[in-house]
Amino acid sequence: MTGPRTGSRYELQISRQGAAGRKAAGDYYAVHPGDVEEIKEEEDLTGYVHSYEVGSTVDGPGLRFVAFLTGCLLRCQYCHNPDTWHKHNGRPVTVSRAMQEIAKYAQVLKISKGGVTLSGGEPMVQRPFVLRIFRRCKELGLHTCIDTSGRLGDRFSDQELMDIDLNLLDIKSGDPETYEKVTHQPLQPTLDYARRLSELQRPMWVRFVLVPGLTDAWDNVEKVADICAGLVSLQRVEILRFHQMGKTKWQKLGLDYPLASVDPPTAELSERVRAQFRSRGLTVY
Amino acid sequence: MATKTKTAMEQGDIAAWAGFAPGSWQTRVNLREFIQRNYTPYEGDGAFLQGATDRTLGIWKTLQPLLVQEREKGILDVSQVPSGILAHPPGYIDKENELIVGLQTDAPLKRAIMPFGGWRVVAASLESYGYEPDPALGEIFTKYRKTHNDGVFDAYTPDIRKARSSGIVTGLPDAYGRGRIIGDYRRVALYGVDFLISDKERERHEMDHRHSTEEVIRLREELAEQIRSLKELKEMAKNYGYDISVPAVTAREAVQWTYFGYLAAIKQQNGAAMSAGRLSTFWDIYIERDLRAGKLTEQQAQELIDDVVIKWRVVRFLRAPEYNQLFSGDPVWVTEVLGGMGEDGRTLVTKSAFRMLNTLHNLGPAPEPNLTVFWSPRLPEGFKAFAIKTSIDTSSIQYESDDLMRPKFGDDCAIACCVSAMRVGKQMQFFGARVNLPKTMLYALNGGRDEVSGEQIGPKLAPVTGETLNYEEVMDRLDPMMDWLAMTYVNALNCIHYMHDKYCYEAIEMALHDRDVLRTLACGIAGLSHATDSLSAIKYAKVKPVRDTRGLVVDFQIDGEFPCFGNNDDRADDIAKKLVSTMMNKIRMYPSYRGAVHTQSVLTITSNVVYGKATGNTPDGRKKGEPFAPGANPSNGRDTHGALAALMSVAKIPYDDAEDGISLTLSVVPSALGSQQEQIERGVNALDAYFSSGGFHVNINVLNRETLQDAMKHPEKYPQLTIRVSGYAVNFVRLTREQQLDVINRTFHGSL
Repeated sequence: MTGPRTGSRYELQISRQGAAGRKAAGDYYAVHPGDVEEIKEEEDLTGYVHSYEVGSTVDGPGLRFVAFLTGCLLRCQYCHNPDTWHKHNGRPVTVSRAMQEIAKYAQVLKISKGGVTLSGGEPMVQRPFVLRIFRRCKELGLHTCIDTSGRLGDRFSDQELMDIDLNLLDIKSGDPETYEKVTHQPLQPTLDYARRLSELQRPMWVRFVLVPGLTDAWDNVEKVADICAGLVSLQRVEILRFHQMGKTKWQKLGLDYPLASVDPPTAELSERVRAQFRSRGLTVY
Repeated sequence: MATKTKTAMEQGDIAAWAGFAPGSWQTRVNLREFIQRNYTPYEGDGAFLQGATDRTLGIWKTLQPLLVQEREKGILDVSQVPSGILAHPPGYIDKENELIVGLQTDAPLKRAIMPFGGWRVVAASLESYGYEPDPALGEIFTKYRKTHNDGVFDAYTPDIRKARSSGIVTGLPDAYGRGRIIGDYRRVALYGVDFLISDKERERHEMDHRHSTEEVIRLREELAEQIRSLKELKEMAKNYGYDISVPAVTAREAVQWTYFGYLAAIKQQNGAAMSAGRLSTFWDIYIERDLRAGKLTEQQAQELIDDVVIKWRVVRFLRAPEYNQLFSGDPVWVTEVLGGMGEDGRTLVTKSAFRMLNTLHNLGPAPEPNLTVFWSPRLPEGFKAFAIKTSIDTSSIQYESDDLMRPKFGDDCAIACCVSAMRVGKQMQFFGARVNLPKTMLYALNGGRDEVSGEQIGPKLAPVTGETLNYEEVMDRLDPMMDWLAMTYVNALNCIHYMHDKYCYEAIEMALHDRDVLRTLACGIAGLSHATDSLSAIKYAKVKPVRDTRGLVVDFQIDGEFPCFGNNDDRADDIAKKLVSTMMNKIRMYPSYRGAVHTQSVLTITSNVVYGKATGNTPDGRKKGEPFAPGANPSNGRDTHGALAALMSVAKIPYDDAEDGISLTLSVVPSALGSQQEQIERGVNALDAYFSSGGFHVNINVLNRETLQDAMKHPEKYPQLTIRVSGYAVNFVRLTREQQLDVINRTFHGSL
């Protein structure tokens, strides 16, 4: 260990493997074949974890144990974890090892009415790992939560969704064109997933990242709000204000950061957007 | 007179006690019993609270221009009359409107000199603020009257002096008042001073038959001093127009009498920490009685608390620049304990605990008084929520584990300074600052030579040899180095406290104690996380020492990863536990002055900056001169798994071997997500989780790094910006630049 690390998730150091992998792969932007490949079902299967943080209050109710899994198909312009795009950005961790760590906090997570959140990256990329972890968490009586774009929602059966107590569903734009511009992926799978959760009455919080000049257009926000208004199991909407804390990671990875000169949204803009959601009777933070 | 009062009290019919449940407290000093029989636990929320009245705000406003001037000049004014209980005529902020009166000198923020601790310090302090020390006083205190400081240096050995100046044993109270003694100021209100004098006379007469050994003579002389001080206290109050020879009758008198007791203490002693004690529950009994009788309204009750808090906020001592380096921002540690649970299971929270927290809303955030909430998961939910809300709004509160302290110190204990628990009126401590653990480890590597100066400071033992540091070998060398350190340390503390008792005795504070108090020798360690991470690096990674031309190990090449303290990883945390327990056991080996019980704290206050400055590169990758982590905090940025993991690591440090307290400071970025109610709930849940896992103490700051950076640039915009550092709170803008940077560079948790 050479330089100091920092405690903020936004400043997580890019792992050595990550850096080495980046050099090996010609194009960091590309989705590598291995990234979306399903993990083999094994007795104690292995997942890829970038890092974890205990005590988070911004990833679901109460205090959360948040594991950031690696691998993602989206290339969001504002991504603050570009060092989780590829599965090899993470370290291999077995389910039993991960549970050993989670179990240390089971008691305090329960006291705090919190639980375990799997985030990323896109955790759904590692479906069997996610399911196994959540099953074990349920056995410990822990609340489970997934932070997802829903892009791979169709990989999960209705039955499997029952082990997920809460979906933090990121709807990155309501307008399909804007969505593709922001994420380099289509919007439809996310919408399908949201509707399915709604039909299954699975609780969800929708999150919308507000980026001035990118996602803040009135119509774009209206469309997200309309989608939300149609979801019966939606409990709240969280407006995540764009910040620049991911910038250094893009630089370290040698990537062009498209939003390098974008300022966080003003209080007025944030309030306007919240009001758009609120006008549909939604709970917004 | 005294006898007459006592008889009346024995009959239990004096007006002052009308309506109070009787008990043995009426014949013998027994505050705990009085409180237990008479207080009203409060399980509700803060909805009953009242805001500040115009009168209160008027007084607070009167002080503002003075506070601005003080900030610009360093100190506002100074009186060169050596301070004592009767040294200065009465002083007021706004005589017509003050409900509670009394200042240390004849004007607000005017500081007094207290030369019994040491003349050189007084002279240096005066000079540093541009005042010329009075030559006549200089002559008196160098020629005719010896001081504590002179006494200590007469008794120090060459070994102690060397250890002191190398920075391995530092911050010792050998040139400043030791403080950390809490008079039971409530006694003044409940009994009146005449009763207390007669009680001290009884204590003295009980000793009449004892043979005059050195110990007995000292105690007799001390009791005589105590009685003299009580008489002076009465006289001081009289000068303000109050007769406190008799007990307080009204709530206002109860607060005033108590405050007079405290005022006498801060006129007599410039102690490093001058705690208030545990007053709100006691005062609440009087407030409740007056409220029930219709003699007081809620607004008036809040005014009393607001008024005394304003007094506490303007307590000042004249201190030297070196002192400010150790304890930056002019702290006094007017520590007041709130909350906690009684031994019988009832909560000790009263409405007045809310009123005390409410001063932070009414008057704005402030470092003093050092409001300390004794937390237990069993506290009433309404109080927990109000305390957390106040933390979120003001960052001015610290929390300590009621459930850890109660079994050891009972339910009438208070905090001296930051984290040192003691039974009020029954226990005192000999404050011992702290030793530098990372430096000790470097001495172990270098055979007792200092890594900066190259001088032989510690015992001349074999230095480490070889290419790579070997864990077992390093531990073998560390052990005798810690033996030497403990011996030198206790040696120094014994000299200091012998001389402090002799030349700078805290007569009025001790007059408000029982005669036979339990004394503790409060040792301490600094740099725990760096020593731990260094040993972890040696054990789990490959550490190659780099030697300079003098053959000293001055740097390290670290290859590989290693677990760090603060990640709830037993590999590292076990090293920290072992260091704490080993040091404590070694300290216990050396007899203490006056039979004091050895204890230890893991607390640095702001001295982590100074200690770091004096310490070379360490094997954990910390560079020479970089600040240590404060208290028991993990090293900066090494706690990579979030706040809860850090809390859990710190909670593992055994309180049994660190009974003087374990300090943790946490900075949290305010969360924008969720309702305010949810944010409060999360805070409450986090504290429940931490304290039920064995955590002892936590400071919570809810602040953005950007706010602090802006405050460095524009201090005038943030006169009341308060931030908690290890064990106390400060006005951020009054920290030194180095300390401001240290605070800003520390880990800010994005959550919790």
